[in-house]
Amino acid sequence: MRDFWRALTRGSGWLGLAGLLLIVVLVLLAAFGPLLDLPDPTRTNLRARMVAPTLSWAGLGAHPLGTDQLGRDILSRIVAGSRVTLMVAGAAVVLGGILGTLLGLASGYFGGLLDRLLMRLVDIQLAIPLMLLALMVVAALGPSLHNLIGVLALVSWVRYARIVRGQVLAVREREFVQSARAIGASAPRILLVHILPNVLTPAVVVATLELARVIVLEAGLSFLGLGVQPPAPSWGRMLAEGRTYISSAWWIITFPGLALMLTVLSVNLLGDWLRDYLDPRLKVR
Amino acid sequence: MARYLLGRLFDGLVAILGVVTIVFVISRLLGDPTVLLLPVGATEAQMAELRAGLGLDRPLWEQYLTFLAGAAQGNFGDSFQFMRPALDVVLERMPATMALAFSALGFGLVFGAVAGSLAALFRGTVVEAAVMVLALLGQATPVFWLGLLLILLFAVELGLLPTGGYDSPASLILPALTLGTFTTASIARLLRSGMLDVLRDDHVRTARAKGLKPATVFLWHVARNSLIPVVTMTGILAGELLGGSVVTETVFSWPGVGRVIVQAMEAKDFPVVQAGVMVIATTFVVINLFVDLLYGILDPRIRRRG
Amino acid sequence: MLEISDLSVGFSREGRFARVIPGLSYSLRRGETLGIVGESGSGKSVHALALLGLLPQPPGKVLGGQAIFRGEDLLTVPEARLRELRGGQIGVVFQDPMTALNPVLTVGRQIAEPLMRHKGMTRRQALDRATDLLALVGIRDAARRLSQFPHEFSGGMRQRVMIAIAISCEPALLIADEPTTALDVTVQGQILDLMAELRERLGMTMIWITHDMGVVAGIADTIQVMYAGRTMERGPVEAVFASPRSAYTWGLLQSLPHGARPPGGRLHQIPGQPPDMFNLPPGDPFAPRNPFATERCHVEAPPLRQVEGSVPGHLAAAWYDLPALLERAR
Repeated sequence: MRDFWRALTRGSGWLGLAGLLLIVVLVLLAAFGPLLDLPDPTRTNLRARMVAPTLSWAGLGAHPLGTDQLGRDILSRIVAGSRVTLMVAGAAVVLGGILGTLLGLASGYFGGLLDRLLMRLVDIQLAIPLMLLALMVVAALGPSLHNLIGVLALVSWVRYARIVRGQVLAVREREFVQSARAIGASAPRILLVHILPNVLTPAVVVATLELARVIVLEAGLSFLGLGVQPPAPSWGRMLAEGRTYISSAWWIITFPGLALMLTVLSVNLLGDWLRDYLDPRLKVR
Repeated sequence: MARYLLGRLFDGLVAILGVVTIVFVISRLLGDPTVLLLPVGATEAQMAELRAGLGLDRPLWEQYLTFLAGAAQGNFGDSFQFMRPALDVVLERMPATMALAFSALGFGLVFGAVAGSLAALFRGTVVEAAVMVLALLGQATPVFWLGLLLILLFAVELGLLPTGGYDSPASLILPALTLGTFTTASIARLLRSGMLDVLRDDHVRTARAKGLKPATVFLWHVARNSLIPVVTMTGILAGELLGGSVVTETVFSWPGVGRVIVQAMEAKDFPVVQAGVMVIATTFVVINLFVDLLYGILDPRIRRRG
Repeated sequence: MLEISDLSVGFSREGRFARVIPGLSYSLRRGETLGIVGESGSGKSVHALALLGLLPQPPGKVLGGQAIFRGEDLLTVPEARLRELRGGQIGVVFQDPMTALNPVLTVGRQIAEPLMRHKGMTRRQALDRATDLLALVGIRDAARRLSQFPHEFSGGMRQRVMIAIAISCEPALLIADEPTTALDVTVQGQILDLMAELRERLGMTMIWITHDMGVVAGIADTIQVMYAGRTMERGPVEAVFASPRSAYTWGLLQSLPHGARPPGGRLHQIPGQPPDMFNLPPGDPFAPRNPFATERCHVEAPPLRQVEGSVPGHLAAAWYDLPALLERAR
């Protein structure tokens, strides 16, 4: 842990540190947002429609980032939207990570037909652009929070599976695994006790890189109207709704997009750094 | 080389077969299309008749084979919206999508290559820092937001370019820029790190020891070797481009395949959705075949392995 | 032919700085073969890269000195002129033939490059010449192999290709930086013989850098033993082998097995670690590993002086009298 900190605060590690700090701020904002004295993100006020942002430090107005076409406060919608984004993306990454890691473990350890089938499936899934696959599945199941999480998890398992499988293949023939097998340890035990710890590092790196991808994907689906459903605020849908008013109220699309970009940027920064720090071999994906 | 390509071709065909299967499975999850096809208040008998007509009363495996046979002939049924073969509806939109995707790819490759090379050549200077910051931002900016910002700047504020549509060559500029930014950023980063790696390679020192001019060394011993990962990346980016085109086309009202898929989804026009997904996936597979071919040409170690 | 005086090279790493070569001087006559011997970190390769302007900068830096090659100072000539000399009048063979060739260009193209650059040949002419060169370095079926890629050649064959590249423009000086170290023992002998033969044929002056005393015995006229960037001993091969005056030279010779020994067999290590250039002891840098070190060795670095009672040009840097000490030990 001390090495981790030292690496993070030295040389080019500051980029990773910046990413980590931004993420911490974001998570705190999402977690404690409701405690801030912000207007209700879903309360409409037609008399205060499209109020321009007041960004002067002389005094923040009632709506520092302005209001949208229905008079809702944009700042509080962004804060509320961050909860949705982080929850959906986080859950999807965890689920997809568990699914992909388990399948990758099985594929790498047992090999044979199972391995061939799973890796075929990976190839096939990679032949469909993520966005389209997600679009198709959401359209089939209907847009809801659970479906959204499920779909995002389903489209992201492949990358974990691939990398974990590769790692298992490398570890499988090592002495400690062989000796565990020789003393008659069961396959699940070998997998969980001896192999899993060795694949966790690359899995964590993939998870970080995947998090950014899933956040963008979720926002894209919401932008197309297939994500989180109203009235729950979501960055993607804020952008979609603000699109119509682009010529009269620039702030409606600007701030949610900025929040999205900063989030993705910070996750990318942390992910890149983690990859370089933990496992430089993953560089070329 | 021939065997390598045949192998890749086989993989591609299997992938397409797999996509057909996934599309079939998902389309069966969609439920009973008869409800959508018949007017409200249709009788049970009418529905049963239509179901039989569509073959939905058959066992699942038989339906699958029928679907497969249809897909092989490019028959995905008629579009519910347009009452025409769904594949025709999709293929009509292909030129627009191809124009967009290839302009974006071209833009990304050219600018990404230039920026990445500059960053590698001027490492440790403000040039490298600027390229890296822009590339990081470019990779983190979601396509649809970038599209909106560009519309805001170039169409709304400056009034230089159209906000969307498919009327003049000028209307291609903003969508291509939007879609190509991620590609540009990815290529720039990849090429920079690739070149920095190659610059450390022994063979570059050999080239310099021969007294070759710096331009020759850079072109034939650094850039030429750094191209291989870029080609691999291009195959991956093609997927991002085709997926991103769905959103970009929506933002700019670009009449391409992506937009028709989204519209068909809203209208529950499943034959068009299926045909659209198949066309995009097939395009992706074909692009990756070309990438493999190019890879084989660029890397002699693969060419000879056969 | 080559006159190096007071060449000094520094390296920086993590904010620390070290003079890896504090001031190296030697001269090389036309037609002479100089064998430079030392462990890794002795500065033997670094000094060659510095001469050629191939030192990676940073972290390396040439701090000063002169290297007059045929009337021109390699360290100060314009970069463009140095490039003409490199590959044209000075050829180089590097250590590892597995990485020194470009994997994605044909072997023919890589041999043709310097010919097109320095001899003004067309591609056609250069490729014809490349065929002759491949045959010259002992590669059979040269015309066909010209269009092959490095990975289709074995390690020894690749080193022959490297040699073909280095001699393509018939350089006056050939620098060979451990050209046999990365090869199989059996192949080492072949490459050694090939280079000796080419040297006679082309009348080249040669600097042969190695850690292997056995190789030097076979090919060099003069030997120069380096340690921590300094010359510990230098002189005609026979004189130095017969009566080494530096304990370091003696150690290197001791680790040679006596009797019949194939050239290029592994060097037996002298006890202790090669010096940490960022943390050198005061005095003679070899003193901590030297069983004969005197107190003076630990505080004051010995100068390189003519050895009394030996042939002219036999120089050594030692405070102690090694033959007397060895006599006493016996």
